[in-house]
Amino acid sequence: MGAHHHGPAKGLSRWLFTTNHKDIGTMYLWFSFAMFILGGAFAMIIRAELFQPGMQLVEPAFFNQMTTLHGLVMVFGAIMPSFVGLANWMIPMMIGAPDMALPRMNNWSFWILPPAFLILASTLFMEGGAPNFGWTFYAPLSTTYAPPSVTYFIFSIHVLGLSSIMGSINIIATVMNMRAPGMTYMKMPLFVWTWLITAFLLVAVMPVLAGAVTMMLMDIHFGTSFFSAAGGGDPVLFQHIFWFFGHPEVYIIILPAFGVVSQIIPAFSRKPLFGYDSMVYATASIAFLSFVVWAHHMYTVGMPVAGELFFMYATMLIAVPTGVKVFNWVTTMWRGAMTFETPMLFCMGFLVLFTIGGFTGLMLSIAPADFQYHDSYFVVAHFHYVMVAGAVFSMSAAVYYWLPKWCGRMYNETMGKTHFWISFIGFNITFFPQHFVGLAGMPRRIPDYALQFADFNMLSSIGAFIYGASQILFLYNVIATIVAGKPTSDEKTWDGAEGLEWTVATPAPYHTFETPPQVK
Amino acid sequence: MLRVSSNPVLDTVVKLVTTAVLMFAFVFVVMVPLYDVLCDALGINGKTSGQAYTAVQAGVDESRTITIQFVATNNEGMPWEFGPSVTRMLVHPGASNDTVFHARNPLPRPMVAQAIPSVSPSRAAAYFHKTECFCFNQQPLDGETATEMPLQFIVDRDLPADIKTITLSYTMFDVTDMVGGAVAAR
Ligand code: HEM
Ligand SMILES: [Cu+2]
Repeated sequence: MGAHHHGPAKGLSRWLFTTNHKDIGTMYLWFSFAMFILGGAFAMIIRAELFQPGMQLVEPAFFNQMTTLHGLVMVFGAIMPSFVGLANWMIPMMIGAPDMALPRMNNWSFWILPPAFLILASTLFMEGGAPNFGWTFYAPLSTTYAPPSVTYFIFSIHVLGLSSIMGSINIIATVMNMRAPGMTYMKMPLFVWTWLITAFLLVAVMPVLAGAVTMMLMDIHFGTSFFSAAGGGDPVLFQHIFWFFGHPEVYIIILPAFGVVSQIIPAFSRKPLFGYDSMVYATASIAFLSFVVWAHHMYTVGMPVAGELFFMYATMLIAVPTGVKVFNWVTTMWRGAMTFETPMLFCMGFLVLFTIGGFTGLMLSIAPADFQYHDSYFVVAHFHYVMVAGAVFSMSAAVYYWLPKWCGRMYNETMGKTHFWISFIGFNITFFPQHFVGLAGMPRRIPDYALQFADFNMLSSIGAFIYGASQILFLYNVIATIVAGKPTSDEKTWDGAEGLEWTVATPAPYHTFETPPQVK
Repeated sequence: MLRVSSNPVLDTVVKLVTTAVLMFAFVFVVMVPLYDVLCDALGINGKTSGQAYTAVQAGVDESRTITIQFVATNNEGMPWEFGPSVTRMLVHPGASNDTVFHARNPLPRPMVAQAIPSVSPSRAAAYFHKTECFCFNQQPLDGETATEMPLQFIVDRDLPADIKTITLSYTMFDVTDMVGGAVAAR
């Protein structure tokens, strides 16, 4: 290691001006957790209102603002930044690089995020209220009928899109140029691979999202008619553009999660990942296919039958590489010397629940059947199985797995396992019944519902409160670890863990791999 | 591979920024026009052509009779009285047909309106040719006056055999306040 180290600067300026990938990673992780709590608070309001039929707590107009902000904050504020934070912390350490390729841009891509979300959150206090048109902001709801705050919403989408693009350029530049000698592409840890592919997806589709909101802005303020039928435009065009971004976006959310799980399952099975090559190819094919399936979100807009069929078969095709992945994870565990520490528990939870979400996805992909499922709670159940039990569970697993390396202290295993079990049970109580109410016809995004859905909704709400509470336990466990966890200086926290990040000291020093390691 | 800079990181960055900018442009210069072209060509969404059709073959297929239904709706906030003069017509493919829609502006001020057509089943849109339509242009109307608006159309002889009824629906939009009035008619 280099002879003269610069430690972190002191005080607030350390965080404001830092170009250190670990500092920036830490800020991303804390920021995303704060957004997770904020988005979670919105969800609690939604579930409290839905606890019983009839209007209970909030006005319908406010309810709509809650569903909209919940979705936006969770997708763009909680899940995406959390994985960017993980990428910042882990990618340089996994490929033997001293830092990210573009440290200053890295600082910018983080620091423009909090203002973007501050603006988004501040719309709640504006005249006419916050955006109320759903996280998918379909025109004309988001143009002709939008509250005045939509302009601020558009601005915040622009800014957070820019942040994502800068973050992904940085990740690609790092992975392509900063690998240690001997770290060939096909030796990279899967987390690095999945993030590399995710970053390409982001560079390709974030500008499309920016284009969509720019058109909204022009329709609202500059008299164009991209989405207005009166002027020769078409609201359906909005949906095509949005989902051309939106479907790759769901894979942007899940691919890094796949990467995490592919790191952790081998560690606790004490076996190398089964089918490494096929994992890489499966990830790449999922990414590729994600560009040609977008209209499965729009089966009901009146597409020609040929279109319905094309998008139906293309969507079903994605289940093949996804199935390859699930098969490989299960096979990795087969006859492994498995143990079930908290990270592994979360990965097992991921595996079971994500697979359920994949199956409901397949049900939804059947165009004629989707006419029944579309815009019902069945869809809500589907995407929470893939996004919460997929992305959020894997993120929890990642935090428990790498936290000892980050701070040199061990978390409380009992509390971690308790967090897992409460999450797992709470999650299923919340979302499993939503399959049934959805199939029985309960539409999504409504503040009130028919009486026959009352029992399942109450159950859902109870589950949501349990799940929400378990995250407080998580926060407590993480803080308690950082402040007073049992110190550990083992380079390898987990005996089965492999990878360069486990060859550096614990806690990871401020600067690592200033002289590149030799990878054999 | 193409190198734009001898600094490999810069090289990567330049390429990626270019990609992002191109994708942004792609939305405007490819997706939007492509969507319009596809909708026009395939009659997706029940969109009919925005241009007058010039009749090619004159032969009338007397063996088939197609029911044409007319529907008129006002968009939200549009105060005009607007409707077809007949709600149903029986026509032969290949024959030219005329009808009128009537409109009245009940407000004391002049207004401009735009009618947006849609054909159902959408598969029929490509076979429904309008040789003249009030929807090709904006319709200005003085306050408290009424007008008759002509529609002339031909149902294509190649209309798929299973289509027996075509519904043509118009939605009338108030475009008085639309900036510049740059409106592409449909
Ligand atoms: C086997 C894989 C998958 C298939 C076949 C699939 C299929 C579908 C289909 C057909 C819909 C549209 C349902 C409707 O609106 O009627 C849908 C909705 C959705 N899916 Fe998936 N999906 C899969 C995986 C995922 C993953 C991995 C994620 C994210 C991590 C995801 C997130 C979503 C979201 C967020 C929606 C709802 C969007 C909205 O309307 O708000 N899906 N899925
Ligand atoms: Cu999708």
